[in-house]
Amino acid sequence: MEREVALEMRGVSKFFGQVVANKNVDLTVYKGEILAVLGENGSGKTTLMNMIAGIYFPDEGQTFVNGEEAVIRSPQDAFKYKIGMIHQHFKLVDVFDAAQNITLGVKTPPAPANGKNAFTRFFSKIGHRLQSGLYRKKEVAAEVKKIADKYGFEIDPKKKIYDMSVSEKQTVEIVKVLYRGANILILDEPTAVLTPQETEKLFSVLRKMKEDGKSIVIITHKLNEVLAISDRVAVLRKGESVGTIETKDADENKLTELMVGKKISLNIERSAPVNPEDRLEIKGLNLKNHEGVKVLDDVSFTAKSGEILGIAGIAGSGQKELLEAIAGLQTLQSGDMIFHNPKKDKPVTFFHKTLRRVKELAQEGAFRYENGETVDFTGMSDKQIKDLVNEGKVLFKEDEIIDLKDKTPLQIRELGIRLSFVPEDRLGMGLVGNMDIVDNMMLRSYRKGKSMFVDRSRPGKLADEIIGELEVVTPSSHTPVRRLSGGNVQKVLVGREIASAPKVLMAAYPVRGLDINSSYTIYNLLNKQKENGAAVIFVGEDLDVLIELCDRILVIGSGKVTGIVDGRTADKSEIGLLMTKTKKTAEESVKEAAV
Amino acid sequence: MVLFTVIRESINLGTAFLFGSTGETITEKSGHLNLGIPGIMCMGALGGCYGVSLYLRGMDPASINGFALFIYAVFFSMLFAMATGAIYAFLTVALRCNQNVTGLTVTTFGVGCSKYFIKNVDTTNFNYASESLRQLFPFASDMNEFWQIFFGHGALVYLSVIVALVTAFVFKKTRVGLHLRSIGENPAAADAAGINVTKYKYCAILIGSAIAGLGGLFYIMDRLKGTWEYNVDAIGWLAVALVIFTMWRPDLSILGSFFFGLLSVLSGYVSFLPTQILELFPYLVTIVVLIVTSVLDSKENQPPAALGLAYFREER
Repeated sequence: MEREVALEMRGVSKFFGQVVANKNVDLTVYKGEILAVLGENGSGKTTLMNMIAGIYFPDEGQTFVNGEEAVIRSPQDAFKYKIGMIHQHFKLVDVFDAAQNITLGVKTPPAPANGKNAFTRFFSKIGHRLQSGLYRKKEVAAEVKKIADKYGFEIDPKKKIYDMSVSEKQTVEIVKVLYRGANILILDEPTAVLTPQETEKLFSVLRKMKEDGKSIVIITHKLNEVLAISDRVAVLRKGESVGTIETKDADENKLTELMVGKKISLNIERSAPVNPEDRLEIKGLNLKNHEGVKVLDDVSFTAKSGEILGIAGIAGSGQKELLEAIAGLQTLQSGDMIFHNPKKDKPVTFFHKTLRRVKELAQEGAFRYENGETVDFTGMSDKQIKDLVNEGKVLFKEDEIIDLKDKTPLQIRELGIRLSFVPEDRLGMGLVGNMDIVDNMMLRSYRKGKSMFVDRSRPGKLADEIIGELEVVTPSSHTPVRRLSGGNVQKVLVGREIASAPKVLMAAYPVRGLDINSSYTIYNLLNKQKENGAAVIFVGEDLDVLIELCDRILVIGSGKVTGIVDGRTADKSEIGLLMTKTKKTAEESVKEAAV
Repeated sequence: MVLFTVIRESINLGTAFLFGSTGETITEKSGHLNLGIPGIMCMGALGGCYGVSLYLRGMDPASINGFALFIYAVFFSMLFAMATGAIYAFLTVALRCNQNVTGLTVTTFGVGCSKYFIKNVDTTNFNYASESLRQLFPFASDMNEFWQIFFGHGALVYLSVIVALVTAFVFKKTRVGLHLRSIGENPAAADAAGINVTKYKYCAILIGSAIAGLGGLFYIMDRLKGTWEYNVDAIGWLAVALVIFTMWRPDLSILGSFFFGLLSVLSGYVSFLPTQILELFPYLVTIVVLIVTSVLDSKENQPPAALGLAYFREER
């Protein structure tokens, strides 16, 4: 039996500046089916769906609804074609109740005028128009209830959005779309925020809608859900469609392979780690966000000096929170972060330690003199001890062990643990757009110096060095960072953190949105740090890069470490499977391993 | 009795605040903080004076038709105010400029512009014009002070209350009001729901400006009896404060404006406190209200969530 096509996209492309979000994508949605759109982070799933829903307008290509060409310029147009989208970030008005949100923007046409003569007809027309302009709570609530009952939703029309749980909000969004009579529903990662029970409930509703003849497009990267709910799967990779397969012919391995693709050789240099030592030990990190949701769940790993540790995972799996926790920007529920300060055979300073602490350590026998004799301060005055230390005559016997948990972010940074995080909007973290490169360098050094005036000459020199070494394209070091192109902004950001010769360098998405050449500059920078003996932690999006650049790769899924693989022997689908593991399967695999 | 006179005076002066705050509330409900309101009220006053002088040109003061004069004054006042509001609207909606900066600029512009051009307006016979605008009910002058509270005002006073009540009704009971509020709260949600955000924003700013302009007209032609003695913009700042004081509710604004009016006229009747301290009171109570509402942390009595933020659909 030939199935009816509900929606078709042909050769659709969308560019954001130089970044290609979608390129030449074809997509077909049939009536009465559930189509899953699968892809990695940044593969263009959401952009593609936003083009159907009228949020973005495609730069190239055509869209057909029910066989006719459709031009969808705005969400209103999308409604006209009976297309509705449930966004990942709900578009709801917090202070309105459910019914108000559901009916928002829907125009009910005024009842036709009636009356015996032109005069009464005129007044009846005005009356009806006024009436249709009124918002009548009871009628609206009844209509909402009707839709909810039909598909088995539980919804209280009078409940305010700010009192609702995430799952209730999602229900409101779905009913909102159905209230407008949508026949094509697009759901952007609907299960990302739901508990397994809520997900099951949502799926049963979706199945009911499918039976009702509606087409449902669901964006997800959870493979088990794709297999559970969809009829067909369309896979996107790096903005292009790589194929559509029937779900009954698919399994997890096949989908992962489609999603991550064949391995592409990038020829990134990778030297063997030179005598790696434990530099940062993370033990049992637990962290809840301000909504009380667990974002880090018993995370443990060790970063070693002289190697690059990659972190792979679906966006929002806790990578950002993990790095922020190490940098001291998060309040942990539990866990330890032990930093091994490479101080062996180096002189003791008062930089991070008080005199009392130095005395305590000396009593424990942690220091030695140049001739190897253990330091014993007994019988010395404070002044004598100070002089000895300041002259550099007291040396560490072993590396200094520091627990970062009790340190302030500033202290952690001074210990040489540097975070350069490149968020999606690039300027969001670490740099001030309206300030020039020199001033941005000063954000790290303004406390230095003894006089009340800031020292501008050294940051100026540093800025010039970074511009020269990293080939930053800028008219001068006094150009506002905002006016530089994305790649150059990132070079400035990473360059500043590297300049202080960090002992631990955390780089999150440092090549986000960069072209090939700039990306390689950044990779080389990271490699150089690794050769200098720093422990580099690299959070990346592109699996190819992670595999070629990193010595070890830590895979994180829903805030849990799902595996640590060797970068030299790992293959993409192995990592892909680890990334998409849900909580339940992770537990199962642990059990299997135990058996 | 002095008490009745004080009440009548409070209501009378409160009208200027009420027009201003109703206009500002409508604007703010669309997510636009219009600090240009004082300037817009100045321009409204200038427009009103221009309309009155246009009507009075070559006319014998004895033959003034109160209704026609009212229409002239109101029309030109709203026109001037709307034109000034349009500058703000274009800059903040179409060009997405910073609303605070734009608003303050519009105020500076409006104050200066009105002060300059008022010199070119022929103000002869303005006292007669003001007299006919100040008295809606001819029979009121024979009444005692108590009844004067209710009937001893000009048409603009009653108009201000009606406008505030209608605005409150529109916000609460109609779809248009629902749509407008949704834009101020979450423009992305409104846009996704198919509401024309830009159109609503322009309409809200223009209508809000026009209503605020009437406050300036009232202050000059009714309160100050057709003279430009005091600065209109001082009234405008109090109107902006009144919006916060009444927590964005035009119906409460009616009572709030009378209260602000009372605090302002009290200095003429009370001798135990310096005038300057009394004039400070409206601002003090506004600060108290701000503190109380933020301590209570109720979700309902908060400013529109998207107030002051420009909206652009394709923003990533």
